[in-house]
Amino acid sequence: MKMVKRAFVAGMALFGLASPAMAAWSDVNLRVGVTELSREIYGLHMLILWICVAIAVAVFGVMIYSIATFRKSKGAVPATFDHNTKAEVIWTVIPVLILVGMAIPAARTLVKIDDMRGSELTVKVTGYQWKWQYEYVDHGVSFFSTLARTSDEARQLDSGIRPESVENYLLEVDNPLVVPQGKKVRVLITANDVIHAWWVPDFGMKKDAIPGYINEMWFRADEPGIYRGQCAELCGRDHGFMPVVVEVKSQADFDAWLAAQQAARQAAAAPAAQTAAVVSPVDQVAAVRVAVAE
Amino acid sequence: MAQAQAAHGSDKYYIPHGSKWPAVGAVTLFVTMLGTAAVLNGSSMGPWIAYLGLAGVAYMFFGWFGTVIDESQRGLYNAGVDRSFRMGMTWFIFSEVMFFAAFFGALYYARQLSVPWLGGEGSRFMTNLFLWPDFEASWPTNGPAGIGGDFQTIPAFGLPAINTAILLTSGVTITIAHHALKAGNRGVLKIFLALTFLLGFAFVGLQAEEYIHAYKELNLTLGSGVYGSTFFMLTGFHGLHVTIGAIMLLVIWLRVMKGHFTPTHHFAFEATAWYWHFVDVVWLGLFIFVYWL
Amino acid sequence: MSATQTHGHAADHHDDHGPAKGITRWLTTTNHKDIGTMYLVFSLVMFLIGGAMALVIRAELFVPGMQLVDPGFFNTMTTVHALIMVFGAVMPATVGLANWMIPLQIGAPDMALPRMNNFSFWLLVAAFSLLILSLFMPGGGPASGWTLYPPLVLQTGDALPLAIFAIHLAGASSIMGAINIIVTIMNLRAPGMTLLKMPLFPWTWLITAYLLIAVMPVFAGAVTMLLTDHFFGTTFFAAAGGGDPVLYQHIFWFFGHPEVYIMILPAFGIVSEIIPTFSRKPLFGYDAMVYATASIAFLSFIVWAHHMFTVGMPLAGEMFFMLSTMLIAVPTGVKVFNWTATMWKGSLSFETPMLFALAFLFLFTIGGFSGLMMAIAPVDFQYHDTYFIVAHFHYVLVPGAVFAIMAAVYYWMPKWTGHMYDTKLANIHFWMSAIFVNVLFFPQHFLGLAGMPRRIPDYSTQFADWNMVSSIGAFGFGLSQLLFVYIIWKCAKGGQKVSAEVWDGARVHGLEWTVPSPAPYHTFDEAPVVK
Ligand code: HEA
Ligand code: HEA
Ligand code: CUA
Ligand SMILES: [Cu+2]
Repeated sequence: MKMVKRAFVAGMALFGLASPAMAAWSDVNLRVGVTELSREIYGLHMLILWICVAIAVAVFGVMIYSIATFRKSKGAVPATFDHNTKAEVIWTVIPVLILVGMAIPAARTLVKIDDMRGSELTVKVTGYQWKWQYEYVDHGVSFFSTLARTSDEARQLDSGIRPESVENYLLEVDNPLVVPQGKKVRVLITANDVIHAWWVPDFGMKKDAIPGYINEMWFRADEPGIYRGQCAELCGRDHGFMPVVVEVKSQADFDAWLAAQQAARQAAAAPAAQTAAVVSPVDQVAAVRVAVAE
Repeated sequence: MAQAQAAHGSDKYYIPHGSKWPAVGAVTLFVTMLGTAAVLNGSSMGPWIAYLGLAGVAYMFFGWFGTVIDESQRGLYNAGVDRSFRMGMTWFIFSEVMFFAAFFGALYYARQLSVPWLGGEGSRFMTNLFLWPDFEASWPTNGPAGIGGDFQTIPAFGLPAINTAILLTSGVTITIAHHALKAGNRGVLKIFLALTFLLGFAFVGLQAEEYIHAYKELNLTLGSGVYGSTFFMLTGFHGLHVTIGAIMLLVIWLRVMKGHFTPTHHFAFEATAWYWHFVDVVWLGLFIFVYWL
Repeated sequence: MSATQTHGHAADHHDDHGPAKGITRWLTTTNHKDIGTMYLVFSLVMFLIGGAMALVIRAELFVPGMQLVDPGFFNTMTTVHALIMVFGAVMPATVGLANWMIPLQIGAPDMALPRMNNFSFWLLVAAFSLLILSLFMPGGGPASGWTLYPPLVLQTGDALPLAIFAIHLAGASSIMGAINIIVTIMNLRAPGMTLLKMPLFPWTWLITAYLLIAVMPVFAGAVTMLLTDHFFGTTFFAAAGGGDPVLYQHIFWFFGHPEVYIMILPAFGIVSEIIPTFSRKPLFGYDAMVYATASIAFLSFIVWAHHMFTVGMPLAGEMFFMLSTMLIAVPTGVKVFNWTATMWKGSLSFETPMLFALAFLFLFTIGGFSGLMMAIAPVDFQYHDTYFIVAHFHYVLVPGAVFAIMAAVYYWMPKWTGHMYDTKLANIHFWMSAIFVNVLFFPQHFLGLAGMPRRIPDYSTQFADWNMVSSIGAFGFGLSQLLFVYIIWKCAKGGQKVSAEVWDGARVHGLEWTVPSPAPYHTFDEAPVVK
């Protein structure tokens, strides 16, 4: 882990030097994100990137040197050698060592990502053509999240609305997912029709939503804020128009929000019998089975 | 045949002249595919287009193989050409093996991975808990939604065992035929070759019987979930290959009756025999993994 | 063709025959040069059509907002662009080169199975007629990406069976083509040409052919299952019946990953021919090159799930596929280092083929590096399905495979036509291509890292700048290719006559430089003897 951290720090320092405008850099590079995992992933990314850059400098350097020096037009006389066992062994072994050096921290991070234990909130996410459904499985709250109306109007063919005039064009939804800050949120991901993928770059993870199966991932967001992502698996005509928006609130704000949601739901549910309140897994299954059977 | 013998002396690699058959094949296959697609899309024209195309394909096969047989009889194929044919056939069979591998892979995946996952095994118990809580992994299965309704399977040691015996026997008969051919014993050759393709057709007949039984009485269909899917796709493609192989054997037999082939020069016979053995081996895989285990 | 010799008497002696006249020549030909030419022309046409589709994509993405096409049609363009480029442009181009050059390079009179060779070609025409026809079906063309993932692909309208049958026919064509190449190489090499004396282009093709035979049938099986899932009620890819959509992905990528090496290995072969010629030095590490190619081919069978890191594989699976994928960098590195070492202490000159080969060397390596980055599973969770991927594979495919093909055309075209092409225009073509291809694809790395998903017709405004740059690059690159068409056309018509050797000193680099230019209709009727 130390290695990744060191690489991360070195990376930060390097591009800090290289580019005075940090904002510009974030337009062309991976995001550091707001979770421990996303930072680790970022560190890995920078580590490999710089290793590749270093190798490129060396290899391209030799190529450029050859091109510049051994020119027929400069009267270069070709040598006749056609192999060199020592060199060949070296340039087979060294890459292997470099790869081992990359694989170790990568494997560590992978193990961490896979560790679902100790989650403090479980959210079930279901992809539909073309919207997301979020269910707080232990709290009886559930709702759909679709592209915000402003974006939806602007994105119609020849709408005449300039995308620049729409705030968060294509990255805004009506009902964002709301989660508490600093808590391990476990996300259960599935889909109802075709494969989608749920992705928030700032959390460092994306996971496919596969109909009939449940995938899991987790994140723990350090900072309150609004984080935006998109569906990341081609899911048909409006694949480009099903953003993911997550609002991270402090625990207190989150609790208040959740209570309000529950209250609103109860109020709505009372007249309309139970239909609106989704939620035990069993109901779910019944619903899915009906859908499937059709 | 004298010519065929003479050809072995030739060291010139035979390169055929222009031939219309490839173009005919491409056009007729195009028409066949177009027609089949139209059938699938529910067009009433579809079947006619498809039949037209198929007739053309049949015409192409007759013409093309007729040319090849003719060239072979005229002794144009020397040892080098023969070697090319052998290599070509070998790699063709390998490609067929890989085609079946895709379906065996699907079977493996369904049995070892997807069905257990749906039943909640491994790290996937959430799948079971939330989506398919009543489902318990088992094999055979038509999946958690019970697609196609309850069905029964075909026991390995009924018809399938008989079919296994048939195919294995046909493997023996073709080998006897081959030895007879090499020994110049054409009487035995004719009988055992005929036996081989008869066994082949008998296999196909029994397989058809089995399918009818499955559809009519067992409610086992292509639509019986992943069991029905893998069962019918594997046995179906195998049955198709047996049919093709049996037709090849029949053609070879007809050629034998016409006096083709010599003890040393009989690539078509051998190619068919290889193909037949390949079909045989695939069946063993089917018998073990589809019917038995 | 120039070689219309006196007509023979005995029909069995083909060697007295020139080509037939008119269209029949092309429909019925069994001549490897004719068939090679047809493949190459077909491939060029497909490159233009596939490129035109790419230009539709880039035009829609020029600025944010939807200006030109319906999102569904955009997806169709993405899908068919890729299918055409992969199966219609790059693969047929390398098959065409193989047809032309392998018999010449190994001293064979023709391909081993000449009629089947012609069949392979015309089947390809049938296949792409079906595919293009599918664009006009009710419900629109296939729009699920070239990977054709279910369940989405099962929502395709009437185009579905056409597209699937197109794949079947193209697959059959590839398999037959591959068998032909294997048999030709294994059976028709000139006496004395042992396998380890064979030039690298036939070598890489030999290995590619094995890959093709191993994986095309698997792809055919996969799309057949799609067909039955859609039309016959099977549930291979539906959880309700006990199947799994991810099963399709495993089967597809078992084919799909070797497929990308099917596109690049012949390119490696081409570059291994050109760099020694223009370095005036033997290829460095010939044996290592052969073994590296074989290792890459072997590894390509056990890395497929690196395309599926986000599908929720068990941890052990992710680990395995991450590590096996990383390993491919080693043999590929060996190749890059060997090419560099070939130039080292050589005597380099920079004719157009060499320029393209050098651009290949630099730009393919960049594409390889991004590939390696994506091999790191935890980081691929971020990269996956973004423009970073699009940048990666276009780097290995366009300045990789396509540049190598162009290098090959410039290298061997004088041998085919007997004329030198317009070298000045060719160099302009090179420089424009090399510059624009970077303008086109380099910014896509930035877009991907900054979070732009692939396969979207519209994007949020933060991605506007680099998309515009990329689109400008696309149109520049597209225009440059019109120059390429013109250069080829002009060279076929006429130009400065060339010697048999074409490039000075080339004779030592291969048998193809010992036959006259243009290569006569029939060559090596008498096998040459290799020392
Ligand atoms: C010609 C085609 C081609 C080639 C050659 C490659 C080569 C490689 N590819 Fe690529 N790839 C594609 C075509 C190709 N790819 C396509 C089309 C897709 C997308 C498909 C789709 O989804 O539509 C894809 C996608 C793809 C993915 C999936 C990404 C995702 O969807 O999330 C991955 C992940 O591992 C990957 C990895 C690699 C690797 C490791 C190599 C390696 O072979 C590269 C090896 C080369 C080098 C590393 C450079 C040279 C080496 C050195 C100089 C030695 C020293 C170097 C080191 C030790 C670092 N590729
Ligand atoms: C060998 C393969 C290959 C090649 C050569 C190319 C070449 C190009 N590709 Fe392609 N591409 C793929 C393989 C390839 N691509 C694949 C596999 C995908 C993934 C698909 C998927 O997601 O499913 C893809 C996806 C893809 C995308 C992403 C689409 C999306 O995610 O929605 C983009 C976007 O920029 C793109 C652009 C281009 C461009 C600009 C070229 C240029 O290099 C093209 C240059 C050529 C020309 C422009 C032709 C010149 C012709 C004219 C100018 C005139 C035309 C006239 C007539 C036809 C009469 N490609
Ligand atoms: Cu949902 Cu893409
Ligand atoms: Cu791959």
